[in-house]
Amino acid sequence: MTLIDLANPTKFLSLTARVLPWLAGATAILLLVGFYQAAMAPDDYQQGATVKIMFVHVPNAWLAMFVWGVMSLAALGTLVWRHPLADVAAKAAAPIGAAFTFLALVTGSLWGRPMWGTYWEWDARLTSVLILFLMYLGLMALWRAVDDPSRAARAAAVLTLVGAINLPIIKFSVDWWNTLHQPAAVLRMGGPSLDKAFLIPLLVMAVGFSLLFVTLHLAAMRNEILRRRVRSLQMMQASQQAA
Amino acid sequence: MTALAALIRRDIKIALRVGGGALIGVLFFLTVTVLMPFAIGPDMALLTRLGPAILWLGALLASLLTLDRLFTADHEDGSLDLIVMGRTPLELACAAKALAHWLAAGVPLIVATPVLGLLLNLDGTATSAVALTLLVGTPALTFTGMIGASLAVTLHRGGLLLAVLVLPLSIPVLIFGVAASQAAISGPLSFGTPFSILCALSLVSLVVGPFAAAASLRHGLD
Amino acid sequence: MRLSGRQIDCIRGGRGVFSGLDFEASSGEVLAVVGPNGSGKTSLLRLIAGLLVPAGGSVVLEGGEAELTLPEQSHYLGHRDALKPALSVHENLSFWRDFLGGKVGDVSQCLTAVGLGHATHLPAAYLSAGQRRRLSVARLLVVRRPVWLLDEPTSALDTAGQDLFVGIMRDHLAGGGIIIAATHAPLGIGARELRMGGGK
Repeated sequence: MTLIDLANPTKFLSLTARVLPWLAGATAILLLVGFYQAAMAPDDYQQGATVKIMFVHVPNAWLAMFVWGVMSLAALGTLVWRHPLADVAAKAAAPIGAAFTFLALVTGSLWGRPMWGTYWEWDARLTSVLILFLMYLGLMALWRAVDDPSRAARAAAVLTLVGAINLPIIKFSVDWWNTLHQPAAVLRMGGPSLDKAFLIPLLVMAVGFSLLFVTLHLAAMRNEILRRRVRSLQMMQASQQAA
Repeated sequence: MTALAALIRRDIKIALRVGGGALIGVLFFLTVTVLMPFAIGPDMALLTRLGPAILWLGALLASLLTLDRLFTADHEDGSLDLIVMGRTPLELACAAKALAHWLAAGVPLIVATPVLGLLLNLDGTATSAVALTLLVGTPALTFTGMIGASLAVTLHRGGLLLAVLVLPLSIPVLIFGVAASQAAISGPLSFGTPFSILCALSLVSLVVGPFAAAASLRHGLD
Repeated sequence: MRLSGRQIDCIRGGRGVFSGLDFEASSGEVLAVVGPNGSGKTSLLRLIAGLLVPAGGSVVLEGGEAELTLPEQSHYLGHRDALKPALSVHENLSFWRDFLGGKVGDVSQCLTAVGLGHATHLPAAYLSAGQRRRLSVARLLVVRRPVWLLDEPTSALDTAGQDLFVGIMRDHLAGGGIIIAATHAPLGIGARELRMGGGK
């Protein structure tokens, strides 16, 4: 019956085998174009060349949150529809999300050094992302702590959804806490008033990094499916030898 | 209702009898608070300033550590199977267990606060502000921590991993609990704003906690 | 009343325990689930009790109370006895009576019926393994449930206890109950056998 279980993942494997090279190619091209445009973008009149960190930092920060959203959808798939691919999708997304979050933190900190004169500032955004990073790590620890993948999936799904409810609350609390302790406004990015010369490379990079996520996620899901097959084959072998 | 009352009564009885965890929580709270001056130094002015934060951290850790066994004890002796099978909705049963835990382990922390306030050189207003914020804030800690306690059933262990999972979720409660206490002591903010938000957080966790815990328990048995 | 399962598949920890299992039991009937260790006897009982989700197939109770689920109409007597050592014998049983609810009986009478009438106010921690099992059996009496799911019910019971238990099961069957029991030892009561494992 394990073979019936894997029927759906089998289709997934053959489909992704065809799609992945194209995705990887598109990702590479977009990121190359994005990096080129970012390098060509003019310096900011205040921040100088350091503004270019933004082109990496912002897409990463965006994906850090987006990946949690993807995991939450997968968690619903696990709990409500008990879909086997949903477990795999959630598990494969966690380390990638953690990596994006880590990159967002590192680039944010590097950006902060020239701006604030220190690598770490208890700025509301950085702090929120740091907590998000901690939650990613906790989730990965949870995945590793349970042997049976389907039980791990359900526990992780509950935690992911609770996180999805809590993250906005944490973000709000940290913002509030930050304004309480630092009444002086910290330097904030331009937001929508961003010049076109910055906006277009930023968008290209955002799309490029999103495609990178999709590529990595699909590849990680393939690995996870194959890893589970190996596991069930090994289990079958064990039970045959016992019999 | 008899079912829930029976569950609450049973859990409180167990917590208060020999081997129960209720008083150990208070003892832990006391010990952590006493440790703080050794790390910070016996500077009374500084202790006064940090007092609310120390008390809140102590209460946070104490309630988290005692929560560890909320469901695992029932899981190990098979009671949890029967609770899941029972005619009472599992969400309500979880809420009842959390309420019993709060009554047996949370309330003693609040009662102990005035004594610990003395050690940290807090005056009457400050102590009562901290006690009041703990009164409305510790339910949020219990009901959020319950989610972690329910995950511990799946994990077959609790301890450190549980703390790692649950502590980030309790950051908002910590922020507003300490902020409200500080506001009552020194301002500049009004006490009401953070206090109302703290109440809101407790109410949200009262709803989210039982549902998440029940979902995790239903799927986590084997 | 009829309890039946059709084409049940059970997977635990990624390993198939059993598949395509059929069974049925009607009012007044005992279904004895027999088979070697690891053949899935306990899994089957937990699956009927709603504590495990089948990977395929379904279990249906016909003729029960319509608004209640099967687990809500079942007693599950597992390996673990669901007793709190810190509470007295009486407190343990009256908790389960109040929590499980439905049609309930008198706690003291049930304790006397299982031969624990002398120990009602002792902490459950002082009981021997056999006495703990008797106290668990008292749970079956104090709250009425039509379906009994028993996992090795007679283990730890002495001869007198086993005779007592046979009497209790007979009363339950006479009242139209259904018993599904996983067992190695003969139950001492006429039963249909469901043989697990081995055949595959």
